[in-house]
Amino acid sequence: MSSIISVTNLSKTYGSGFKALKNVNLDIRRGEIFALLGPNGAGKTTLISIICGIANPSEGRVLVSGEDIKTSYRKARSLIGLVPQELHTDAFESVWATVSFSRGLFGRPKNPAHIEKVLKDLSLWDKKDNKIITLSGGMKRRVMIAKALSHEPQILFLDEPTAGVDVELRKGMWEVVRTLQQSGVTIILTTHYIEEAEEMADRIGIINKGEIVLVEDKATLMQKLGKKRLKLHLQGTVASLPESLSQYELDVCDGGATLVYDYDTKGDRTGITSLLSDLRNAGIRFNDLDTTQSSLEDIFVDLVRTS
Amino acid sequence: MNYRAVRAIYLFEMARTWRTVLQSIVSPVVSTSLYFVVFGAAIGSRINQVEGVSYGTFIVPGLIMLSVLTQSIANASFGIYFPKFTGTIYEILSAPISYVEIVLGYVGAAATKSIILGLIILATAGLFVPLHIHHPVWMLTFLVLTAVTFSLFGFVIGIWADGFEKLQMIPMLVVTPLTFLGGSFYSIDMLPPTWRTVALFNPVVYLISGFRWSFYEIADVSVAVSIGMTLAFLVICLAVIWWIFRTGYRLKN
Repeated sequence: MSSIISVTNLSKTYGSGFKALKNVNLDIRRGEIFALLGPNGAGKTTLISIICGIANPSEGRVLVSGEDIKTSYRKARSLIGLVPQELHTDAFESVWATVSFSRGLFGRPKNPAHIEKVLKDLSLWDKKDNKIITLSGGMKRRVMIAKALSHEPQILFLDEPTAGVDVELRKGMWEVVRTLQQSGVTIILTTHYIEEAEEMADRIGIINKGEIVLVEDKATLMQKLGKKRLKLHLQGTVASLPESLSQYELDVCDGGATLVYDYDTKGDRTGITSLLSDLRNAGIRFNDLDTTQSSLEDIFVDLVRTS
Repeated sequence: MNYRAVRAIYLFEMARTWRTVLQSIVSPVVSTSLYFVVFGAAIGSRINQVEGVSYGTFIVPGLIMLSVLTQSIANASFGIYFPKFTGTIYEILSAPISYVEIVLGYVGAAATKSIILGLIILATAGLFVPLHIHHPVWMLTFLVLTAVTFSLFGFVIGIWADGFEKLQMIPMLVVTPLTFLGGSFYSIDMLPPTWRTVALFNPVVYLISGFRWSFYEIADVSVAVSIGMTLAFLVICLAVIWWIFRTGYRLKN
């Protein structure tokens, strides 16, 4: 699949000397939903700000659909819709006026039918003449999405779209995002809700301390999620394992006091029954056992801790 | 050229004026009328004529300039400062729009408001004193040039300001005194020689002098110098704005 955004060797050092991004390389595929995960201050918003033209990069290059964001900024930016993290809205404008303003700002001719569709899709139609200041937080968030969609972008950035949004509204937003993807829009969302990434994304990128530490298909990550781990706490210790147990690829931990077996819950056979029976035959006894399932959260926490 | 974006910003800013019509249009008209009552009627009744025109008539160009200068700065500085303050500037920065277009939209709207205001004050003045404009084209030229120049200056202040205090500081502490001392209410020939020389360092003197000349053909300094000084200030403002956008000063991190 072709890249719609290509980030090469991107670095950003702020005036204070803080390095927000360190040599970031990232390709976003056309038509996908890409979730960028990372703890607070990891560089998610800085990365988005640079791609969208709000911050200047210190080094590196960004291409949006083949257009350089510096030399061909008009073409690059006209493809992008941005929903920033904070609720930045004009208090005294009406919903209709502010969304129409955004369309004009992006150089598109008037199209009331499109604005109407966007507002209806986001359940804002009955609020179209209301001043923004009178709307609830969740509605303001949707107004910002409407503004970003007003000029029919090919790429939509959603920076923490569901921060501070209640569960029902969050699900509603996921629905909107999925519909957008079906219409061919590429979506990049940042979040620190892992559940959101699991629910929505085709691919997941993890950023920490200004560096991309992992980019992977969600399916691949979910396979890792599908793995379970069985720990057997032995009565004594074993120095080495007999040949009859080699097929299980057991790890010997805690100086031989614990055996660790990874298995796939989605497989037809987990191998647990035969493992236990082979252990008994080999004369290895255990006091206790426990199983754990790794989650995306564990993977994330591990990666963030070690990076 | 992204004309639609310029139009969008321009209309957005003009809509703000109509929304705040009391503050934008009515209050300057009221305060100007008060100037007429105080300076024109009360004080003017004790001053016969200044360089051949009645005092009330004499102060009209200065009063218009006073409002045009302060309102141009206020409109343009607030116009660009407010999106910075609320954060909505993100949309302007991420739009496919050049710096020239941003300036055209904001400064164009601010200047338009000031020009409308100047003309309203002129009409208001006509209710108080007889007016005769010798050079209407030059009058409009001075009005437009001044409105544009000081809207550019206001735009610079709006970008520079990182708080409401700074936004007010230059207009209050620099521009208002310069305008009052710039010959709005008197001819600088009425000053003692030393103060007259000091006054010549005040750029506003040249604006008011040129503008007054277009009305009554009386001027403190030559018209060519007036135009030259206005244009010079315009060029300085343009240069500063060019630098702001080139470096992203106070706009982009």
